[in-house]
Amino acid sequence: MFFFILKRLAQSVLVMAIVSAVSFSLFNFVGDPVNNMVGQDATREQRLEIREQLGLDDPVLTQYSRFLGNMLQGDFGLSYRIKRPVDQLIFERLPATLELVFVSAIIALVVGIGLGVYTGIRRKSWISRGILSVSLVGVSLPTFIIGIALIYIFAVHLRWLPSSGRSGTVDLGWWKTSLLTVDGWRAIILPAITLSLFQLTLILRLVRAEMLEVMQTDFIKFARARGLSERAINFRHALRNTLVPVITIIGLNIGGLIAFSVITETVFQWPGTGLMFIQAVDFVDVPIMAAYLVFVALLFVLINLVVDILYFVVDPRIRLGN
Amino acid sequence: MQFTKLLAVSVTALTVASPALAENVLRWTSQGDALTMDPHSQNEGPTIAMNGQIYESLVTRDADLVLQPELAESWEAGSDGWTFKLRQGVKFHDGSDFTAEDVVFSFTRANHEASDYKEQAKSVTSVEVIDDYTVKLTTDGPNPILPNQLTSIYMMDKGWAEANNVVAPQDFKAKEETFAVRNANGTGPFTLVSRAPDELTVLAANPDWWGKGMFPGNIDKIEYRPITNAATRVAALLSGEVDFVLDPPLQDVKRIETSEGLSVKTVAQIRSIFFGMDQGVDKLRSSDAEGNPFKDAKVREAFNLAIDKDAIQRVVMEGLSFPTGMITSPGVLGNTPENDASYGFDAAKAKMLLADAGYPNGFSIQLDCPNNRYNNDEKICQAAVAMLAKIGIKVNLDAIPKAQHFPKIQKRESDFYMLGWGVPTLDSHYVFSYLLDGEGSWNATGYNNARVNEITKAITTEIDIEKRTAMIDEAWSLVKKDMPYVPIHHQVLAWGLSDAVDIPIAADDAFRPRFAVMK
Repeated sequence: MFFFILKRLAQSVLVMAIVSAVSFSLFNFVGDPVNNMVGQDATREQRLEIREQLGLDDPVLTQYSRFLGNMLQGDFGLSYRIKRPVDQLIFERLPATLELVFVSAIIALVVGIGLGVYTGIRRKSWISRGILSVSLVGVSLPTFIIGIALIYIFAVHLRWLPSSGRSGTVDLGWWKTSLLTVDGWRAIILPAITLSLFQLTLILRLVRAEMLEVMQTDFIKFARARGLSERAINFRHALRNTLVPVITIIGLNIGGLIAFSVITETVFQWPGTGLMFIQAVDFVDVPIMAAYLVFVALLFVLINLVVDILYFVVDPRIRLGN
Repeated sequence: MQFTKLLAVSVTALTVASPALAENVLRWTSQGDALTMDPHSQNEGPTIAMNGQIYESLVTRDADLVLQPELAESWEAGSDGWTFKLRQGVKFHDGSDFTAEDVVFSFTRANHEASDYKEQAKSVTSVEVIDDYTVKLTTDGPNPILPNQLTSIYMMDKGWAEANNVVAPQDFKAKEETFAVRNANGTGPFTLVSRAPDELTVLAANPDWWGKGMFPGNIDKIEYRPITNAATRVAALLSGEVDFVLDPPLQDVKRIETSEGLSVKTVAQIRSIFFGMDQGVDKLRSSDAEGNPFKDAKVREAFNLAIDKDAIQRVVMEGLSFPTGMITSPGVLGNTPENDASYGFDAAKAKMLLADAGYPNGFSIQLDCPNNRYNNDEKICQAAVAMLAKIGIKVNLDAIPKAQHFPKIQKRESDFYMLGWGVPTLDSHYVFSYLLDGEGSWNATGYNNARVNEITKAITTEIDIEKRTAMIDEAWSLVKKDMPYVPIHHQVLAWGLSDAVDIPIAADDAFRPRFAVMK
C-alpha cells in the first residue's frame, strides 16, 4: 500500500513537471506582455528595457528553470498586471471559486441523482421524457449562453436575483465566505446553477442508465418476490448499487468543475481564480497564468491520487496485481 | 405571465416602500478595473479614470475637453518653461497641506525610471519652488503645449509617500507590492473607502474638497463594480443594479435606448481607426507581388478608394462612427473639415489605378487585425477584405488578440495592419511624433517625408500659435496627398445611463463625477 502510494506520488510529480513545462512553453504564443504594461507613448527603448528586466528574451528553458527555482522557494513572483504577489492573489480568490464549485456540486448531486432515480423508475412517464429532453440542453448549450439566458430571465426580466458579482461576504479572517448571508446566497444561485448544469446532466443520465440496468438484475426480482415495498427496493437496494460508478465520476469531475468555472466566473463577474485567469490571459500576465496552471494541475493530480487510493481500498484486484 | 407581472409589481412596491436613501449613491460599471491606485505606475484608461477621482493634476479638462484650472489656479508661459500659481488651502485626504514641495515631489516621481508617465513628464527638466504656492516648470526648450501634457500627471503628498516608503513607483523587478498599490491619498473630490479589485470599489465624497459647491455634482458615494462580460454589463443596467455603464457594446445601444427609464448618450470619440501600409520594406513579406507595391502612391490611393467607409459605417457600425479622411479626430488641434473629408469610394478608379501601377490582376497580401481592441475591429477588417477583393486584391485576414497584434506593429513585422489612435494631449504633435514622423515608434508604414519630420520637430518649440497651426495644417495636407494610411473612421462613444442620473459625456471617455447629478 505504502509502496503503491509512493509510486503514484512520483508519477504525480512527473505529471506536474510536464504540465508546467508545456504550459510555460505555450506562453510564448500568447503575446507580448510589455505592450500591456506600458502606455502607448512608451518608446521602443523603454519596451526593450522592460523585456530585458523581465528576462523575456532569454531562451524558454532558462525562463522555465528560473520559474521552477523560484517556485520551489515559494516565490511565484509578482503579477505583471496588478503588481501584487501571485500566491497571495490566488489565495484571496480561492474561497470564491471553491464555494461556487461546492454549491454547484451539491446541486448537481442532489438534483442529478433525484431526477436520475425518477426517470430510471418511471421511464415511460411523460415527465421523464420531458426531463430527458430538457437535460439535453444542459450538455449541448455552451455555459456562457446558459449563464446569459439565466441572467436575462431572473435578473433583468423578473428581477429576483442580482445579475452578477459576489455580495454579502463575511470575512472570517482566513476565509471570505458568502454562504452566511441571504445576499450571498442570492448572488451564488445563478452562477452555481450555470456551472452545475453540465455535471447535473451527466449524473442524471448515468444514474438513470445504471438504475435501468440494476432494475433488471436478479436480486431486484428476488426482492420483489419477497414482497418488499417499492420504496425499499428502489432506494435501499437499487440506488445503492448504482452509486459506485457515480462516485467515481464525481471525484473526477470536481476538477472539471473548477476548470469550467473559468467561463461561469467571467459571465457572472464572480471574483474567483477563473476570472483572474481569464484576465491574466488577456493581459499576458505570465506569473499568474503559470501559477494558476500549476495549481490546477496539482488539484487534478491530488484528486486522481485520492481516486486511485480509493480503488486500491475498494478493488482487491489492484492489490493483488501489485 | 399574469403571475410574474403581479410579482414584479409587488417587488417594485416593496422597493418603493423602503425608506428613501438619504445620500446619493452612484453605482456604475465598465469593463476593466483600475490596475493599481498608484497614480504614476500605469498609463492605462481605467486606472487613470479611477485615480482621477481621488488624485488631481495641476491642470484638467472639463467635459468639453477645455483646459481648466485644478490644483493650479493660473499659469503662464515663459521662454524656458511655465510658471504655475497653485491653489491655496488645498488639503490631502489625510489632512496635510498641498504646497509647492508636493509638486516638485510629484514631478520627480512621474519622471522616475519606473514611472509609466515619464514620456508625458519628460519635457519638464526641473521644478523650482518660487514660494509655497508658486512653482516654475523648466522645460527642455520652449514648450507651447505643456499644460496639455499635464492633465494626467497627478499630485501626491510628499510626506505621505515618504512615510509609506512609496517615493518611487513600483518597478518591474520588485518582489513585493508597495503601499501605494492599494492605498491612496489625493486632494480630489472623492476618498477611497474600500477596494476589492474586480469586485467593488467604494468612494465617498471628500467633505473638505476645495471645489465643494463650485460644481453641479451631488454624488455622496460612488460604487464601482467592473463587469468583464459585455452582455452581463448591459444586463446590470437593464435590471437597475447600476445607474451608468461606460462602455455598452454598440449592438446593445438600441436595446438600452428603447428600455424604459434608460437612455444612451453618444459623442465622437478622440480615437481614429485606420489601416497602415508598409511602403518602407523592399519586398512585402506576405505578398505574391514582386517588390513592394505600396511604394507606388497609386496603389495606396487604390486601397483608399476601394474601401467604402460609408458602407462600413452603415453595415458594420450600425451608424455609430464618423467616416474620415485623416487619422485624427475633431477636437484635436489640426483636424480640419477639408482634411477630415473622406477620400470617397470609387472601385472602378481604384482598379484602374492598380492597372496603371502594373498590377492589373491585383496581388495577395495579409491584413493583420486585432479582435479585442476597437469597436467591431474584426468585422471592419472582414468588410475591407471583401471590398479589396472586388479590385483584385486577395487579402488573407489574420485577426488575433491585441496582445499578439500590437507587437507585430512594434516589431515592424506587418505589411498591412489595423491601428487606432487616441490623442490625450488633443494636439497633432502627438499624432505626428508617433505615427507620421520617420522615426515614430508606432509608424510601421515606413513613411518618411522630410518636411513632415521637420514640422514635427518645429512645432515642439514654436510658441507663435498662428504659425504653429499653419505648420500643422501643412503637414496634414502633405499626409492627405501621400496617403501612408487608409483612414476608416472616428469611433463613437456611447454611454448607457439610467434616467435617475445625468452625467455629461466627454470625447475622452472619462467619467467626471464632479459633474454627475442624481435626480
